Amino acid sequence: MAKIVGRVWKYGDDVNTDVIFPGKYTYTVTDPAEMARIAMEDLDADFAKNVQPDDIVVAGKNFGCGSSREQAAFCLKYAGVGAVVARSFSRLYFRNCINAGLPALTLPESADIFVAGERIEIDLSAGTIQCQAGLFHFPPLPEAVIGIFNDGGLIPHTRKALGIDS
Amino acid sequence: MGKTFAEKVLGQKAGKNVVPGEIVEVKPDIAMSHDNTAAISKTFKEIGVAKIDDPNRHVIVLDHCVPAANEKFAQNHKDIRAFVAEQGIPNFFDIDRGICHQVLPEEGFALPGYLMVGSDSHSTTYGAFGALATGIGRSEMAVIFATGKIWLRVPETMKIIVKGRLPKWISSKDVMLKIMGDLSADGGLYKSVWFTGPAIAEMSVSSRMVLTNMAVEFGAKNGYMEPDDQTLAFLKGRARAPFTVVTSDPDAELESVHEFDVSDLEPLVACPHSVDNVKPVSAVKGTRIDQVFFGSCTNARIEDFEIVAGVMKGKRVHPSCRMVVIPASRQVFLEALAKGYIQILGEAGATIVNSGCGPCMGNHEGILAPGERVLSTSNRNFKGRFGCKDSEIYLCSPLTAAASALTGEISDFREHL
Ligand code: SF4
Repeated sequence: MAKIVGRVWKYGDDVNTDVIFPGKYTYTVTDPAEMARIAMEDLDADFAKNVQPDDIVVAGKNFGCGSSREQAAFCLKYAGVGAVVARSFSRLYFRNCINAGLPALTLPESADIFVAGERIEIDLSAGTIQCQAGLFHFPPLPEAVIGIFNDGGLIPHTRKALGIDS
Repeated sequence: MGKTFAEKVLGQKAGKNVVPGEIVEVKPDIAMSHDNTAAISKTFKEIGVAKIDDPNRHVIVLDHCVPAANEKFAQNHKDIRAFVAEQGIPNFFDIDRGICHQVLPEEGFALPGYLMVGSDSHSTTYGAFGALATGIGRSEMAVIFATGKIWLRVPETMKIIVKGRLPKWISSKDVMLKIMGDLSADGGLYKSVWFTGPAIAEMSVSSRMVLTNMAVEFGAKNGYMEPDDQTLAFLKGRARAPFTVVTSDPDAELESVHEFDVSDLEPLVACPHSVDNVKPVSAVKGTRIDQVFFGSCTNARIEDFEIVAGVMKGKRVHPSCRMVVIPASRQVFLEALAKGYIQILGEAGATIVNSGCGPCMGNHEGILAPGERVLSTSNRNFKGRFGCKDSEIYLCSPLTAAASALTGEISDFREHL
């Protein structure tokens, strides 16, 4: 797995799915580019305008709490986000990230150690994050889900498992 | 060492002995999806399987924007009806039936010992009937359509014992707000939460559903109660299939045990913008409100109508405030009609609309304008949830909502009864 180098977008605790991808869009916005444009709309109006490929969203505890809506994971992926690092994730958000093929990394020190805007480097295979505050280790993803992640998400993984894609 | 409820249900499905933390691949008994079925069906087609694995496993309920508010929602519903017909899915409920989390129990799909998943976070509701029930994402539902299977992590169990006797007029909503205020919005993260104790035993089945419905609001994977005589009476003549009650062994390992004594519980309110920002009503009373929403899968059942109608009989919604009422299902609506509750609310000046989610996730029927404030019986007060990010949402019990609709400000019903 590759390295991800990007700038930090820093947020607090309990960032919920409604501010990442507002409920009012769940049945009306489906185009990936449009989804990327409304990512984080009710949390940070500057995010969608300024986010660059491989930028990294860091947050405190319980990131992605609330709805099961997976657009809240996909919209960050479509916006180019390389990874999400949080002290903890809501279980549905974590699942949705895996299913979207977006790295969701749990780091107990997050988000205190990060400075907004700093450039950090994540090494997925080594399980490390290098930032100004030092080198930090995150626990590996559960083995049973790594296969899904490596295949690029749940749908390509399922196609492969069913022998539709080899 | 005994096994917990979650270990037993997932172990049976996986066909082996399982322990918390383990990931298993299982086939759920029931898989629920709603208006998001159109998007799910598109993903299902991307997988490249022509026919769904088992049509009988799926229950589809149109509820999130019913009847359709505009062309996009209408197309969405049309696509779902076409998918249902094409795949021969027997358990389909159209726009006239109600909110999924109310409809599945009413229709006898929520059963003890069942493994139930829904592409909606409040699918935890079915745990009130002794099912292991949890929310999943859309892609995961598409894969269940294709293969019948999903991976799930075996959760640790958190036991919440609710002791004491609830004071008159204090409801299970107040109990749940108390639990979440104390344990915080991630207090139950990833856990299987077992609600038990004398105060739960005394609650009606409908009141118990409030606790399991909101279990996801403090991060739980599932919330459940062990079925008792009340549960079995509810299921009698209603259950769609035979079932076996599953309960935790007395010596099963629990991750934590929390006790709450509710004997002196006050009416509570969750303030913006998080469900654990809980305050006693006395601390926020007098706060002006523009709208009261009496609806949602949390608190719009017949027992709630009885309470609200009782308070509002012969009175008027305050002229500076609107009141939107949405019965949780058509069955609830018809019963409320027969019992005269709809008449009372209509005469009081409430706006009564079709059973469904309404404004609860910002789709239609009571969206707020910037600067407005709603007091709601629903379960989630995140910023923007009622369709406008510059508005405020307070959550409360039906009784607090009714008393406040009459005064146009958050009110302590104990001063008005
Ligand atoms: S009523 Fe609200 S919380 Fe319940 S299913 Fe509908 S949108 Fe979700």
